[in-house]
Amino acid sequence: MSETPHNVEGDTEAPVLEPPIQAADEGLDAVERRRAHDIWVAGTEEPDWVAGSTDEGAQELLPRDIDPAVEVQRGLVVDDDYLEEPTVIEDERQIINMGPQHPATHGVLRLHMELEGETVRRVKPIIGYLHTGMEKTAETLSYMQGSTNVTRMDYLSPLNNELCYSLVVEQLLGVEIPPRAQAIRVLMTELNRIASHLIWVATFGMDIGALSMMIYGFREREAILAFFEKVTGLRMNHNYIRPGGVAADLPAGWEEDVEEALDIVRAGLTDYEDLLNGNPIFLDRTQGVGIITPEEAQAYGATGPIARAAGVNFDLRKAFPYSGIEQYEFDVPLGKYGDTHDRYLVRMEEIRQSMRIVEQILETMPPGDYRTEDRKVTPPPRKRIDESMEALIHHFKIFSEGFKVPPGEAYQAVESPRGELGMYLVAKGGSKPWRLHVRTPSFATVQALPVMMTDLIIPDVIATLASLDPVLGDVDR
Amino acid sequence: MEDFIVAAVKTVIAFALLFTVVLILVWAERRIVAFMQNRLGPTRAGPLGILQTLADGLKLIFKESMTPDRVEVWLYLAAPIMALVPALLIFLVVPIGAPITIGGTEYTLQVTDLNVGVLYVLAMSSMAVYAIALAGWSSGSKYPLIGSVRSAAQMISYEAAMGLALVPVIMFNGTTSLAGIVEAQGATYFGFLPAWNIVLLPSFVVFVIAMFAETNRAPFDLVEAEQEIVGGFHTEYSGFRFALFFLAEYINLFNMSALTVVFFFGGWQGPVFGPTVVQWILPVIYFFAKTFAIVFLFIWVRGTLPRLRYDQLMSFGWKRLIPVSLAWIILAMIAVGIRRFGLPWA
Repeated sequence: MSETPHNVEGDTEAPVLEPPIQAADEGLDAVERRRAHDIWVAGTEEPDWVAGSTDEGAQELLPRDIDPAVEVQRGLVVDDDYLEEPTVIEDERQIINMGPQHPATHGVLRLHMELEGETVRRVKPIIGYLHTGMEKTAETLSYMQGSTNVTRMDYLSPLNNELCYSLVVEQLLGVEIPPRAQAIRVLMTELNRIASHLIWVATFGMDIGALSMMIYGFREREAILAFFEKVTGLRMNHNYIRPGGVAADLPAGWEEDVEEALDIVRAGLTDYEDLLNGNPIFLDRTQGVGIITPEEAQAYGATGPIARAAGVNFDLRKAFPYSGIEQYEFDVPLGKYGDTHDRYLVRMEEIRQSMRIVEQILETMPPGDYRTEDRKVTPPPRKRIDESMEALIHHFKIFSEGFKVPPGEAYQAVESPRGELGMYLVAKGGSKPWRLHVRTPSFATVQALPVMMTDLIIPDVIATLASLDPVLGDVDR
Repeated sequence: MEDFIVAAVKTVIAFALLFTVVLILVWAERRIVAFMQNRLGPTRAGPLGILQTLADGLKLIFKESMTPDRVEVWLYLAAPIMALVPALLIFLVVPIGAPITIGGTEYTLQVTDLNVGVLYVLAMSSMAVYAIALAGWSSGSKYPLIGSVRSAAQMISYEAAMGLALVPVIMFNGTTSLAGIVEAQGATYFGFLPAWNIVLLPSFVVFVIAMFAETNRAPFDLVEAEQEIVGGFHTEYSGFRFALFFLAEYINLFNMSALTVVFFFGGWQGPVFGPTVVQWILPVIYFFAKTFAIVFLFIWVRGTLPRLRYDQLMSFGWKRLIPVSLAWIILAMIAVGIRRFGLPWA
């Protein structure tokens, strides 16, 4: 472990690595692939590439009149480098530290805010209270054990973390994943997206004072967690998606369980929309609050529902499809104003679109194995061990030393409920990663906080923070 | 001397009644909100958990009342008492039943009937804001300070509207005594519709909205908005002092519901029949039934609505409630004038 690997900067003999080409990207040339990163502000003229980027074109959400509050806040560029404003007397400002122990900071985020009355003039997010060194831990765990580690990062979407890790390891391994395993992966991660968005709408409701919303969101999420428990044995930290496939096949009768869970979620969504959508207080509290422009979202690296609510048409499931998600039809909802209300609408629509994907999987679930046949990567079936010496050796090697991954480096990103979750893996050969870096969506979101929060008042700060859905385990790792 | 004894007995009864009601209110709120949210709420202490409030209260009494370092000690200690006393005083003028006659002497079921009852009620309910503002300011801490500034902003936005909402009631009934207002609502329209002041619907709506703000309840609970400013004015209070604030809040909730019933739903009025004792008891039952219906409204709203921002509350108070109240006062004035003097051309 003391010598540097070949691919570190400065080493002239570094092997030239081919960029990983995924199945979906074949046929797209470089220009076309770049276009997927281009943006289109919903409401402006639709460029022609938009139509091709989703099944039915990028959807624009419920158009409404231009909100004057939006116009005021849009384009207010923030001086988060703490420039002095000469117009205000220094004594009339007070510093308040919201968090790390605060009811509404979603864990242990600390907001260092400079207030003028109740108006927040500067805000500085301070992170690190939940740092547990998971990237470093990943270097001490074998590839087999790695997904138990990453599943704890974003504890509201553990399956997405596992999927990302598995995909990046498989990229270096070059193993082929059977279609059933891929479909199971998509099924589980999309259900996870629904569960995560449900918990978001619950905590968002609570933070703007609609206390019942909290229980309602958790109630519907419970149906999905019950299914997860049935499949994986646990409600969170599943360690279900592993390099080479998934840990176990779906249990008998899973179709009925999923349908039942979807019915519960569907009924719940109707409830939420009855409670919130037409509620004038809810509209007052969310519209025109916490605006981020598409340019700012891109500059700060905000992805996922936050960027899409601002009108950035970027969804990794469309731009860089993984696990065969391109074979399912779904739309990417886009917002227009980039405010808290658009984030709410985008997430509610994403729940619906994820349900659409899950319904398609219910119909098209392919038969076959739930993990790869490569016995160097996945353990052999139990009864083969009694019969075959080879199987016994494979079993022993996998569980003692772990499988080996050829040297190289790879980046893989998946669309987690919070945005682009990417993992960059450097392997030196051997059974443990040399370095694993995680690009977490919440981290980028938190660094964009000052853009959205400056010149808001405290209740709006809370609403904005809640609408971003940061998971501090994801930020600090 | 006899008057004094009667007044003393009434005061003690009113006091005991309020505290009992608070025990039930807190329990009822927790149970009802729990049922709205797919939960059970407290079920352990006593039958159906009804002793939960008592248990919580006892726990708070035996907890240490911490005094942080940087407080203004006297104001810090006085604020909880200042919150509780006006809340208790308001109830003194609320008639909870029809007057009863024992041995030729008539006893009213209210501690005292002030002829300026409405003004007294408004004055006392405005006092509560001092407690909150002083508690927040004297705590020497930032979140409570923000809470107390908010409470001042909140008070000036709804207090005027609340007073204006009651002006048509006073004009309509021709009295400011609460007993008088209830008496005036005893008549019927067409022989069966009770002549309650609820016909003054705009007044009622404005009053109810102002009432939510007055009691610092959702959706106007911005003074103590937990998700924003932790606990607001009572962040630095613990133990029994916190219990006093809590008590005052729920007594106020009951008082305001009782006042709504007195002003708009005919107080204890209702069909009375049967022997004398039943005739004494029935009005009291009517009064409490109506009051708890209003309390249920409070709880229902709390389980449903998000919280407003305080700037939205202020603009709502000044730009909507006050103009509506003023316009309605003019209309009511014309209506009352026509009722008393006839049409101008007749």
